Amino acid sequence: MTSFTSQTFIDRLIQENFKFFTGVPCSLLSGLISYLEEVEDARYIPSVREDSAVGLCAGAYLSGSLPVLLMQNSGLGYCLNAFTSLNLIYRIPVLVIMSWRGQGGKDAPEHIIMGDISQKLLETAGMDYAVLKPENCDQVLETALQKINGEKLPYTLIIEKGLFDERH
Amino acid sequence: MKGTEAFQELLPLLNDEPVVHANGYICRESFNIKDREANFYMIGSMGLASSIGLGVALCKPNRKVIVLDGDGNVLMAMGTLAMIAAQAPKNLVHVVIDNEVYESTGSQRSLSNQVPLEQIAKSSGYREAVRVDKKEEIKPVFEKLMNSTGPSFMLIKVEPCFDPKTGRVTHTPEEITHRFMKSLQPTGNER
Ligand SMILES: Cc1ncc(C[n+]2csc(CCOP(=O)(O)OP(=O)(O)O)c2C)c(N)n1
Ligand SMILES: [Mg+2]
Repeated sequence: MTSFTSQTFIDRLIQENFKFFTGVPCSLLSGLISYLEEVEDARYIPSVREDSAVGLCAGAYLSGSLPVLLMQNSGLGYCLNAFTSLNLIYRIPVLVIMSWRGQGGKDAPEHIIMGDISQKLLETAGMDYAVLKPENCDQVLETALQKINGEKLPYTLIIEKGLFDERH
Repeated sequence: MKGTEAFQELLPLLNDEPVVHANGYICRESFNIKDREANFYMIGSMGLASSIGLGVALCKPNRKVIVLDGDGNVLMAMGTLAMIAAQAPKNLVHVVIDNEVYESTGSQRSLSNQVPLEQIAKSSGYREAVRVDKKEEIKPVFEKLMNSTGPSFMLIKVEPCFDPKTGRVTHTPEEITHRFMKSLQPTGNER
């Protein structure tokens, strides 16, 4: 990939047939969401909470669409019941794009604990993830697609600060 | 009217519509009265029947989609009422069995005795929100809402009466996913 931007990444997801996007914003994801609001081949539906977004994505998947959930890792706690008692047992996949606030303990106080435990929580729930980088994007997407289309399970892409442009 | 009577009135009015069920007794009652391939029995994720139903309604605009919800479930995810109102899917009918309690966990009171859920739905922006108290009203009101532009909200006030001997849903969650998805595939006679 020549350049890696919000636009090229979303275009790539659309190419892979992900056209149903929802979530709750995070500044780290603001570039992605503002591009989603412009692009014609995808729809972005604002959700009020991350667990409602999980439900919305499940409905979209059951209807034959491939859904993407954008959220901050602070929303992970809200989602755990939905992931464990809906997605994982019903085999309802979703691609989760989760920003990583509190990485390395350097962030506002409210993000520090969740920043430390987000990945452990996913592991405890038995949910696969990868930290997305421009250089591993192709390989990570291939793994994600295998999880989603093959095993019918959720897959999470973790987004570090600075990976995408921020619009605010 | 008793809760079970509401199900007995309502379920025969269904054709092939997808119906997303709230967790607890609502799944079990519906499953035992009439199991259908197009029933999504949400056995966990309390509160999410409405958002799942919204997702189906948005992605299947040519199918009427029904959410069969409970008062406790609605109260847990009240923000979803705003999402439904904002997206305004014309094909969504949100039916709530309101027994004013969390019947599934031993009939502890909920808040719907003090908080009129149909008024919340209406002021959130549902096109219609109707409260039904009598059994005889279920058929005409449901048929009217099924034939009008949604999203619409039908609150059915009932007395708790669930018989705990009523069995659980016997399909596995994966089977529920599979048959629900199959029932949503285009058949050529969508309306
Ligand atoms: C997150 C969560 N909290 C609590 C429960 C326990 N629980 C299962 S069903 C239920 C009550 C649902 O209430 P309502 O929607 O009014 O349906 P009813 O039981 O009255 O038919 C509760 C509290 C649960 N399953 N999940
Ligand atoms: Mg109740």
